Amino acid sequence: MWFFTSPKIIFGEDSLEQLRAIEGKRVLVITDPVVSKLDMLGLVVDELKKEPRTIEVFDQVEPEPSFENVEKAAAAAHHFQPDLLVALGGGSCIDAAKGAWVLYERPDLKLEAVSPMTKLDLRKKARLVAIPTTAGTGSDATWVAVLTDKSQNMKLDYFASRELVPDYSILDPRFVLKLPKEATAYSGLDALDQAIEAYVSQWRNDFADGLALRSIQILFEYLPKAFDNPDDLLARQKTQNAATMSGLAFSNSQVGLAHSTGHALGAIFHVAHGLAVGISNPYVIQFSCRDAAERYSDIAHVIGIKEESYEKATEMLVESIKRLMVRLKTPLSLREAGISKSTFEQGVDTLIEQTNRSTCTFVNPRVPDVEEVRKLFVCMYEGKPVDF
Amino acid sequence: MMVTYLAKFPSEEWIKLFMEQLNANKNYEEAAKTWEGDFLFVINADAELKEPATMYMDLWHGKCRGVALVNPGEERKAAFVYSGPYGNWKKLINKQIDPIQGLLTGKFKLQGDMAKVLRAVRAAKELVETAGKVPTEFA
Repeated sequence: MWFFTSPKIIFGEDSLEQLRAIEGKRVLVITDPVVSKLDMLGLVVDELKKEPRTIEVFDQVEPEPSFENVEKAAAAAHHFQPDLLVALGGGSCIDAAKGAWVLYERPDLKLEAVSPMTKLDLRKKARLVAIPTTAGTGSDATWVAVLTDKSQNMKLDYFASRELVPDYSILDPRFVLKLPKEATAYSGLDALDQAIEAYVSQWRNDFADGLALRSIQILFEYLPKAFDNPDDLLARQKTQNAATMSGLAFSNSQVGLAHSTGHALGAIFHVAHGLAVGISNPYVIQFSCRDAAERYSDIAHVIGIKEESYEKATEMLVESIKRLMVRLKTPLSLREAGISKSTFEQGVDTLIEQTNRSTCTFVNPRVPDVEEVRKLFVCMYEGKPVDF
Repeated sequence: MMVTYLAKFPSEEWIKLFMEQLNANKNYEEAAKTWEGDFLFVINADAELKEPATMYMDLWHGKCRGVALVNPGEERKAAFVYSGPYGNWKKLINKQIDPIQGLLTGKFKLQGDMAKVLRAVRAAKELVETAGKVPTEFA
């Protein structure tokens, strides 16, 4: 027995117009200082103003939002008492809005106490609309939020509840047109990794499988086009759809080891999330191939690799991902990403510890022991193929 | 001919064998080296098990310091209580249910500091895998 959970998804050109039809008299827009300076915030506010409402903006979401940052957003909500929250931005803004939503509705709870087993009883005060401005995290479609616990210098990856799935996700391609090249590459690689990990997860299921495979297919075709030509509206729309499909896929199965190692790399070395999971992905596939080669070969086949042997198809998939990363001007190893040997050696024990504490590690098709996690990080650092 | 002795689940024999296996598991010892917290495992009656049963495990820094089959009517407290119907326990021990998915789908309930458990998934996984290695005869 399992569940499939999804927001109502409004997608395609002019989909923002539907914001007008969403009920809410007091609207709090949660965004970050970068987005608030772009015309996207104006577009959202103008659309909201087509109905009589009071609107307030909280524009102080930090990248990789900390508990403190989320509490600040929640304080703004407590002060303003909204009946509709609009999360506008990348994964950080949407995740911060999810956290703030919980604290607004349930001031009796602490963020660290929230887990999939906590009954939140949300939607007594407000509903949540997500409008992503990146095409990667899929947070607009998921029931998880990645928040940073600064006291432990780690990303909390069990802040999750099916109640946290936004009520609406609005995918208007205009909102990703201004995404810089690097962010296009990193967020696209995040989406790709999410879909791959969802497809091979121990918790995989038929519903997530379909979304994952189609998302991978779209990303291989359209991500390079969106990267090369940022004004290509079709490529932007396709990658945006694929990111949300990937979010739906992993939200309803799980992400795996590339995400637990990626979260650790983000927390310890402050590597951008998409880059961290992008670098981890090929190494994790090589490691997991022993127990999931047939699944990886399915993925290879949908991107056009014609190879019957599961293992060879998986090898070719890894090569295709690496070629895509090179095409997107993305480093293939932690060393290439600029992490010095001494920094790596100083941090590796903490990376291992955090990877071992992540729930994502234990739904990976092959669960590593502590020594294997160490060897995996060394391969990621050196850029060496995984042969154990 | 080698005869494998099977311990009936749930029983005092079974929980004692579980303790022995767990204390011999080096992976568990490493994964749970900072764990502090005892457990009550509550096996609720269902169509297959007429009388409910409760087993107690004192887990501390990678070792199990003691176990007991709790007598009916006895009040025993623990930091964590993991409970579910007998049929679901059978599936858990036979690895047909993932312990976390079991919680998410309501097949099991956990009382206690959930965040602490979710930071110790490797230890939980080793614990369940070890339970699967106890030669078990189901009621």
